[in-house]
Amino acid sequence: MQPKLSLLDDALIARILEEAYQLMLDPGIKVQNAEARQLLAEAGAQVDEETHIVRIPEQITIRALETVPSEFYLYDYEGNPKVQYGGDAVQFDPGSSGISVLLPDTLEHKTAESEDLIRVIKVAEALPQYDAQSTAVVCHDVPKDLHDLYRLYLVLLFSKKPIVTGAFTNKTVHQMLDMLAILAGGHEASRLKPRAVFDVCPSPPLIWSNFGAGQLIALARAGIPAEIVSMPLAGAAAPVTLLGAVTQHAAECLSGITIHQLAHAGSPIVWGGAPAIFDMRKGGTPFGAIETAMIDSSYAQVGKSLGLPTHAYLGATDSKVLDTQAGLESGMGALVGALSGINMISGSGMLDSLLCQSPEKLVTDAEGIAMAKRMIAGMKVHTETLAIGFYEGVNFKGGDFLKQKITMKLFREEQHMPGKVIDRDSMRGWKESGSLDTFTRAKTRVREILASYRRPEMNPDHEAALRSYVLDLAHQAGLEHLPILEDLQPI
Amino acid sequence: MSEELEKLFKDMAQSIIDGDSDLSVELAQKSIEMNVPPLDAITKGFVVGVNYIGDQFGAGEAFLPELVMAGEAMKAAVATLEPELLKLGEARETMGKVVLATVEGDIHEIGKTLVGTMLSASGFEVTDLGVDQPAEKIIGKALDWNADIIGLSALLTTTMVRQRELIEELDKENLRPRIKVMVGGAPITRDWATKIKADGTSEDAVGAVALAKQLVGKA
Repeated sequence: MQPKLSLLDDALIARILEEAYQLMLDPGIKVQNAEARQLLAEAGAQVDEETHIVRIPEQITIRALETVPSEFYLYDYEGNPKVQYGGDAVQFDPGSSGISVLLPDTLEHKTAESEDLIRVIKVAEALPQYDAQSTAVVCHDVPKDLHDLYRLYLVLLFSKKPIVTGAFTNKTVHQMLDMLAILAGGHEASRLKPRAVFDVCPSPPLIWSNFGAGQLIALARAGIPAEIVSMPLAGAAAPVTLLGAVTQHAAECLSGITIHQLAHAGSPIVWGGAPAIFDMRKGGTPFGAIETAMIDSSYAQVGKSLGLPTHAYLGATDSKVLDTQAGLESGMGALVGALSGINMISGSGMLDSLLCQSPEKLVTDAEGIAMAKRMIAGMKVHTETLAIGFYEGVNFKGGDFLKQKITMKLFREEQHMPGKVIDRDSMRGWKESGSLDTFTRAKTRVREILASYRRPEMNPDHEAALRSYVLDLAHQAGLEHLPILEDLQPI
Repeated sequence: MSEELEKLFKDMAQSIIDGDSDLSVELAQKSIEMNVPPLDAITKGFVVGVNYIGDQFGAGEAFLPELVMAGEAMKAAVATLEPELLKLGEARETMGKVVLATVEGDIHEIGKTLVGTMLSASGFEVTDLGVDQPAEKIIGKALDWNADIIGLSALLTTTMVRQRELIEELDKENLRPRIKVMVGGAPITRDWATKIKADGTSEDAVGAVALAKQLVGKA
């Protein structure tokens, strides 16, 4: 039995949805994309072309909910289904809003460039705890016009895992879809076995911007999964109450799903988000706050009540370095996410409220994720009797059970074996191996992973086509060549 | 000062501290009826409250909702007193004029609005152009209005580069140092501000007021 965390009862979920539907009528949803407004108007919504406010009757959304797939998969490079969106499957990927990386030796938060993203990709590739890659940091060594698609480009070249990504403009989303199609062997192949999901963000409160709604429409028509990342900021851009924020989240997601399904019924979409409470002292967005996790867990329950795949931003910290605060916030977040049965939990590796990515934190968070995954694997009945059978011929000595064959058979199933980042040594042993703290052990682990990394083999024609496609875009952006990368032969 | 007047000023300060716009307006009206010079009402009454909340916030004892509500109560009180000031031909000594905007392509406004509230509560004249504003519009407004400072917000890593573009544009037109530029937003660091040759940046709204005062030479 997979243990579950429930912060809401059925009556409260019903109230949240009821109020969300009311919000969609009054004050309505501000839709700043003309095509989306037209789709909604044709479906029967009341559109004010001056204010861009659309009042969406419940029936339109209920029809949309009927056509949303309750389950879909993301596939790896070879076309194997690897990430299950839907049900209570729990998976993790690195957080992906980073602009800087933590330099492990100076603790500087350095503006991220290609080599930094590649380090993150290599580490996430090696760790089985990460079910998907993400386009984790923006690379500032390429022009702005290429920022979104270049992140995807590097992940495609350095990983085989499924990908959580997102476009920054209504134009580049099509280029990114082209890139996925090149490696998949065509747009149809890419649609049938999607490698990536695209994050799409409404703007709190209750706004679908021209860009956000444009993404919904483009992705729906391409049949490539969209992931709504609704970000109610409780106390600033959303009601201060956690339940108020969950309700606003529901209204933003329900209206997004409506636009998406009106553009193309049956295309996959995820009920996701990156909410936070608003920190009343610093005005920040504390992603390590327990109330942030409570909003996530609650909205996931609302999404599940509608039979939708779910996503959340958890497992990140507001701390600037890999310290105790980072560990406790990230570990609690990962555990809450896992216990909430959230399909994709993004946020690992992130410091400084999602601004800074760290490979050292990724390897440390992987240990927390492994523990959380063990937790939700739950209590298992392995044997006919729970205990009695173990006592045959027992001599009342400690160590008796260590000699039993069944111990050898079952200990790996019962116990998660942590990696070398976790210390369970004796005091003497710990001293003899250098008295290292978590951060130092994490640095060693990252060095080992980077040293053993090999770039995945790919169809050389597809790779060449991808590289020349992106090089073309780079030329259009005024770049003579893309950044020279150590692991890549120039073409 | 009469006891009654002393009590009035104290109540005015307290109405700001409590963030009570209804009360601050009521007290402003009362001061008009009592023939209290409107400038006294502001500087000896309401401003005391704003300064108190600002200090408390800086010390971590007051929080953003209190700061915002205090700013709103201040604005309401000043708006009530303004017609009187005009009648008397007195102007409240303005600290300076600030044009605020969030850069083009960026629709985040919480931080910028907070800064605007605190600046006007602290005696600056503020024009908030809103979000997603192109550089030429911001510069145009600053010129038309003879602004001292442009405050530029950007919350996205993809849009912070617009701050640099606006500063370059000002430099090209030789509009600096006449117009000072302060930049802000979650991804904005001191290093970034220095790199793009901004006149300063601040982590929060209270710091932004201190910076603005410094930029107009009234710190």
